[in-house]
Amino acid sequence: MSTSTATVLQQEEEKPKSNVPKEKKKKPKKNRKILENWQLYLFVLPALLYFVIFHYIPMYGLQIAFKDFIPALGIWGSEWVGFEHFARFFDSYYFWNLLKNTLSINVYELVVGFPLPIILALLLNEVKDGIYKKSVQTVTYAPHFISVVVMAGMIIAFLSPATGIVNHFIELLGFEPIRFLADPDWFKSVFVLSGVWQNTGWGTIIYLAALAGVDMQQHEAAIVDGASRLQRILYINIPALVPTMVILLILNIGNFLAVGFEKILLLQNPLNLESSNVIATFVYTAGLLEAQYSFAAAVGLFNAIINAILLVVVNQIAKKTSETSLW
Amino acid sequence: MGAVIKETKADKIFNIFNISFLFIALVVVLYPLIYIVSASVSDPSQVNSGEMWLLPKGFTLEGYKLIFENDQIWRGYLNTIFYTVLGTLINLAVTLPAAYALARKDFVGRGFLTGLFVLTMFFSGGLIPTYLLVKDLGLIDTVWAMVLPNAAAVWNIIICRIFFQVTIPTELEESARMDGCSNFKMFMKIVLPLSAPIIAVMALFYGVGHWNGYFNALIYLSDKNLYPLQLVLREILVMQEMSSSATNISESMATALHSKEQLAAIIKYGVMIVSTLPIIIVYPFLQRYFVKGVMIGSLKG
Repeated sequence: MSTSTATVLQQEEEKPKSNVPKEKKKKPKKNRKILENWQLYLFVLPALLYFVIFHYIPMYGLQIAFKDFIPALGIWGSEWVGFEHFARFFDSYYFWNLLKNTLSINVYELVVGFPLPIILALLLNEVKDGIYKKSVQTVTYAPHFISVVVMAGMIIAFLSPATGIVNHFIELLGFEPIRFLADPDWFKSVFVLSGVWQNTGWGTIIYLAALAGVDMQQHEAAIVDGASRLQRILYINIPALVPTMVILLILNIGNFLAVGFEKILLLQNPLNLESSNVIATFVYTAGLLEAQYSFAAAVGLFNAIINAILLVVVNQIAKKTSETSLW
Repeated sequence: MGAVIKETKADKIFNIFNISFLFIALVVVLYPLIYIVSASVSDPSQVNSGEMWLLPKGFTLEGYKLIFENDQIWRGYLNTIFYTVLGTLINLAVTLPAAYALARKDFVGRGFLTGLFVLTMFFSGGLIPTYLLVKDLGLIDTVWAMVLPNAAAVWNIIICRIFFQVTIPTELEESARMDGCSNFKMFMKIVLPLSAPIIAVMALFYGVGHWNGYFNALIYLSDKNLYPLQLVLREILVMQEMSSSATNISESMATALHSKEQLAAIIKYGVMIVSTLPIIIVYPFLQRYFVKGVMIGSLKG
């Protein structure tokens, strides 16, 4: 291939050369580039259409949060009502409960779920490549691919007070069976710990990749200096993971109030609603089941604004303290 | 590093702790998985009473028999296969060309377009405006509602873009262009054949997403004939019921309800396996591709 292209290259070089001097100025060159690459615009067109239609038009549609949306009048034709829906939401008796649940579930998840993949990755990194390491990885990655519905089904089946295996063990140890999904006190733990089971292994991948990039010479030097394994983990491996940790932390917090919504919806029942109702599930119920479009859009917007503020704040803090940030 | 460095006592203790901790993690993750497999081929009464706790007890394939006889599950399965294949093809057709164009340094407007796409990762209209849009477009209760609202994912476009930037040498593109190769030809004849790994990764990411997705179906579909497998599963596993089409309608209300519950109990574990089966089958072969995809993504955000 190289010889044939090379010969053609030489032949082709003659022609464009005559044009080159004429195009010293920047603008015509840019225009020519656009014309030359018109097919590339065709390449991005489907994606552009997709993002405009399915992401930017809904952003435009968000104005119904400030209107009394009547489907027959359309988004544009409906009447403006200002912050009425927001005021109604803030004044409602469930507002503080929703906010408390949303925040506490997410903080709980972050506190428990964030460090575990790091710890697991650090420990896996200390095992020599071989069957043992491979099997631990293969097995711990696997639950990631279980669908939310099956996951919810597993939780419901395992935690059933009468027939679930978890309660059989609890009874075996001489305790009373626990009605996990009917008890608001248990809901958050059930939600967070099942998420840990499902995603900890998968979460190690990025950290293992970062650990693979640690310079072996540092370890060798540390060994010569008499550092133990634990010391090397503490002073070499963990610092090496900090940038990855910061980026993932920011990304996690950027999604703070949306995480796990589908699973919560599936596990929710009237008995645990007190602690399982979060803003996202409330938007679903009020908006799609009760067709209060404007009100639900306003609640959703409130959620999104908190999200955006958290993202910006955490990003700023990260920038100042660790010099790692998204932008 | 040639010489083997002798492990100190502290290191040995650490090793033992490490290996045992990982073993515990292995067991904790593995146990529920084994339990489901065993329970799916065990006598339901022994499962429910707790006599079956690891290996199958009272071996029976009754659950699987009922699953294979169930029209609803079959229809859901076929629908899901259809949505997965069509959806993934659309995903690839949107993602790969866009990512390639954005990877090209001489593509005027790449910064602007990338920014436009990435912005949607952090800001969106949210559930309600999106739902109203899909409704206005007339997609409710159509196949398109299952594939169009998720036609592309920003993150995947970024991953592909990075892959193209790293693996397709600029010299190759330049020389091909000198030969008079159009961008279209270059993409089809040069770029795609060199990109098999990333295409596999994308097909898997998107495919698993379609296979496991239920929320779009939940909000956009009311016609049961269009239900994907996950929605059927939701009725069986979460709502613990089977629609009347699956059981005998002529029975009196009370007994019908009873038998539905029974039916759901028997097939509960089986449907978990059956619905996850395609992923279980391909997973061992494709695990490294999945991992590769995550790692390419982690190279640079």
